[in-house]
Amino acid sequence: MTEQIINDLTIQAATVNGSGSQTANLVLTRAIFKMGIPVAPKNVFPSNIEGLPTWYQLRITPDGHMARTDQVDVLIAFNPATWRDDLKSVRPGGAVIHEEAFSNADARPDVTFYPVPFSKLAKSKIQSDTLRKQLANMIYVGVVAGLLGIPWEALEHGVRRQFLSKPKAVQVNLDAIKVGLDYWQDNHSKTDPYHLEPRTGLVEGKVLVEGNQAAALGALMGGVTVAAWYPITPSSSLCEYLIAYTDRFRTDPATGEKRVAIVQAEDELAAVGMALGAGWAGARSMTSTSGPGISLMAEFAGLGYYAEVPVVIFDIQRIGPSTGLPTRTSQGDVGFAYTLSHGDTKHLVLLPGTVEECYEFARDAFDYADRFQTPVFVLSDLDLGMNLWMTPSFKYPDKPFDRGKVLSKEDLERLAGEWGRYRDVDGDAVTYRTLPGTDHPAAGFFTRGSGHDEFARYTENADAYARNMDRLVRKLETARAALPVPVVDESSGSPIGLIAFGSTHAAVLEARQTLAAAGRPVDYLRVRALPLSSEVGAFVARHERVYVVEQNRDGQVFDLIRLDLPAELVDRVRSIRHYNGQPIPAVAITEPLLESEAVPA
Amino acid sequence: MSATVNRVGLPRDAYKGAATTLCAGCGHNSITNHMIKALYELGVEPHRLAKMSGIGCSSKTPAYFVETAHGFNGVHGRMPALTTGAQLANRQLIMMGVSGDGDTASIGLGQFMHMIRRNIDCTYIIEDNGTYGLTKGQFSATADIGSVQKKGAVNTFQPIDPCAVALTLGCSFVARSFSGDGKQVVPLIKAAIAHRGTAILDIVSPCVTFNDHDGSTKSYSWVKDHEESIADVSFVPFFEEVHVDYEPGTVRDVELHDGSHIFLKKLGEDHDPSDRRAAMRVIEEGRAAGHLVTGLLYLDTTMEDFATTERIPERPLKDLGEDELRLSREDFDLFISEFA
Repeated sequence: MTEQIINDLTIQAATVNGSGSQTANLVLTRAIFKMGIPVAPKNVFPSNIEGLPTWYQLRITPDGHMARTDQVDVLIAFNPATWRDDLKSVRPGGAVIHEEAFSNADARPDVTFYPVPFSKLAKSKIQSDTLRKQLANMIYVGVVAGLLGIPWEALEHGVRRQFLSKPKAVQVNLDAIKVGLDYWQDNHSKTDPYHLEPRTGLVEGKVLVEGNQAAALGALMGGVTVAAWYPITPSSSLCEYLIAYTDRFRTDPATGEKRVAIVQAEDELAAVGMALGAGWAGARSMTSTSGPGISLMAEFAGLGYYAEVPVVIFDIQRIGPSTGLPTRTSQGDVGFAYTLSHGDTKHLVLLPGTVEECYEFARDAFDYADRFQTPVFVLSDLDLGMNLWMTPSFKYPDKPFDRGKVLSKEDLERLAGEWGRYRDVDGDAVTYRTLPGTDHPAAGFFTRGSGHDEFARYTENADAYARNMDRLVRKLETARAALPVPVVDESSGSPIGLIAFGSTHAAVLEARQTLAAAGRPVDYLRVRALPLSSEVGAFVARHERVYVVEQNRDGQVFDLIRLDLPAELVDRVRSIRHYNGQPIPAVAITEPLLESEAVPA
Repeated sequence: MSATVNRVGLPRDAYKGAATTLCAGCGHNSITNHMIKALYELGVEPHRLAKMSGIGCSSKTPAYFVETAHGFNGVHGRMPALTTGAQLANRQLIMMGVSGDGDTASIGLGQFMHMIRRNIDCTYIIEDNGTYGLTKGQFSATADIGSVQKKGAVNTFQPIDPCAVALTLGCSFVARSFSGDGKQVVPLIKAAIAHRGTAILDIVSPCVTFNDHDGSTKSYSWVKDHEESIADVSFVPFFEEVHVDYEPGTVRDVELHDGSHIFLKKLGEDHDPSDRRAAMRVIEEGRAAGHLVTGLLYLDTTMEDFATTERIPERPLKDLGEDELRLSREDFDLFISEFA
């Protein structure tokens, strides 16, 4: 027997969509996390309700890497349709738990097979006809527990945690796990090297959260009061979590009154329109969508920009163009969202790179929107939004809402009614607004997407138009300095730098470790907002070569960075792109970088 | 006593807006004047009024009344979405939406229908002239089949009747009128404002430049010759005493949400405005007879508006602060611990 491999393996469950396997996978995840072992789950699911193949990858590393990997150590083969291909994904020396009925006669000699008669066990050992299909998945949890050495207490925790709202389901699920565990103990003995051992000091104080959960909590804490949305994968769960959270925390138990309005709109045009209308009327408002919805929101986004109406727009990106792969991830909307709408339009874009930032940026987006009176886009993606991520617990906000420059009745009395909606009196290009309902004769003004002057009057005057457009550029400059600054790590002292943003962060962290170990350490700047901070150009200036890593085909942020750079720095920047819909693995960074660096410059 | 003022102490001039930039004789200008009269007489406080519109000649008109009120001239066909959002943010606002037939029946048909479906509390006025004026005279979707364009082209498509569509969707207030019939339009606007829910008011409003010729069914002369009012409408606001001096059996009295009354005096056949099927029949029979049936077609005062159904407080959501919106530190910590 080869040397033991402890707490360093990737489990992949290949199952059938809609069969209940996700519950089993989550139980397994929570059980291993309970052992004090870092986990990184990735759910790869089809655009389908039932029947198509789905995979769940559970990566376990001593260092807590959160990125996906292409290497599978332990395969749980539950789907006859993909069995042959799934088997190919297992690395030499790996272990394969599979339905006994699947033939492995001509299969690989370099892996260990553990056949289990899952169907027979389900038929004979699970009494409930209605639950048999779902519970069959729990049997493999038991087999894996036997194979890897997951203690019963951890399994119990996993099941209880998973069925928090359905405590009655706990026992039947535990019974099903026991069926698998017993089968393992009675029929197999371990010959592969993979083991799990409890640890302390690695995951204490950490929780498992989906980015969309975190963003919904952020919106709640950011004070959202109007949300309008249209269902679309992978953003739907954000508003569904928001509904659940507001039902719990924003509903008066005595009267049933809700301190929030959430509307399922008829389409994304209406969703963003409702959010804009609410923002105009003074509410903290939001919508949440994905690529196709962003396309539909283009016209209203321009109105929000030009009429200067605050609103927060979440884009949980999936891969396009068009319908694309609705259940696969991407960072392909960043360039489009930044300039969404016709004419000279530019938006504030926040780029959370962790679930913690999904929470913080969602919360702070409402401050930015109010402060700069403009749409603020929060660009997450399917990987960040829908997968569970291990994260330090979130911090309670330490500052009050920033509602921006709003003139009250008393302000207007003090000003004797002398004010102009689009007049820059503070020199920061951010002007004052009043809200409908303000009881002062000078409060009212006419908001329009057509040409307007400093006093919000309709005008087609060329100078007035240009003056306003120039002010909007200056406003963007004010915002540029106020948005989250890049996170920079130049501790490697290397002449090579990496730039990334969003969920690519996880793969970059791992890639940097691999590169350092290979004698090629690299510095790192993580972009967290658009327009780009001046820090980005400074970082490029301090490095000989800078690789911009992103999950889209065209190098959208690579292009934006080059546009902002002085000509003499443009050639220093190179592009690494990953765009197959699967979350980027570290190897997709290390390989092209090492290849590029091997060629004499 | 100086100038006459209304119940909130404002003169009629306080309800005026900027000078119109529409064509002289445009039906929309008459509707603007009817609006001014209705708002003045109702004593609507300007700061509570939110004037909402989309794009087109009609959508410019919110600039021409109550200049001191907030207005939002949004994008084409999307007035309902903006209105919905603003209404949810602040239930104290009186939402006055002004749209046109292109804005409502073509590009904005979906939003029009879904607003009705939700019964958002607003007045929705369609200034309906059957043509695209700003883009110089193309047919709109409300143009009748067989009607003739100024340059002679004949419309070959079935019209979309906003009132029939609204009725089909269960709209809680459906009325039709004519811009030249102030006696009818003004009380209908008042009733629409008093009504809590989506009040659709389709007002045929001739376009003097592109659609006022022979062969048009949206011209002044055609409407004057073919208008058939189903009942005389009068409105008594909640703050005035009701004096009924009609003969018994000749008048229907409907009480609105705020205690105002609308009186409908029978003209021909008695129409019961609470009977949706009867309203559909009146429209269909009018169409078959080549008439434009006007008046209050349908009214349901029992239907809850969206914000009420959704249990949204009367106090504006926009006014809620951190203490009412954020979790307490204790709840926050408990909530986060559940993720473990």
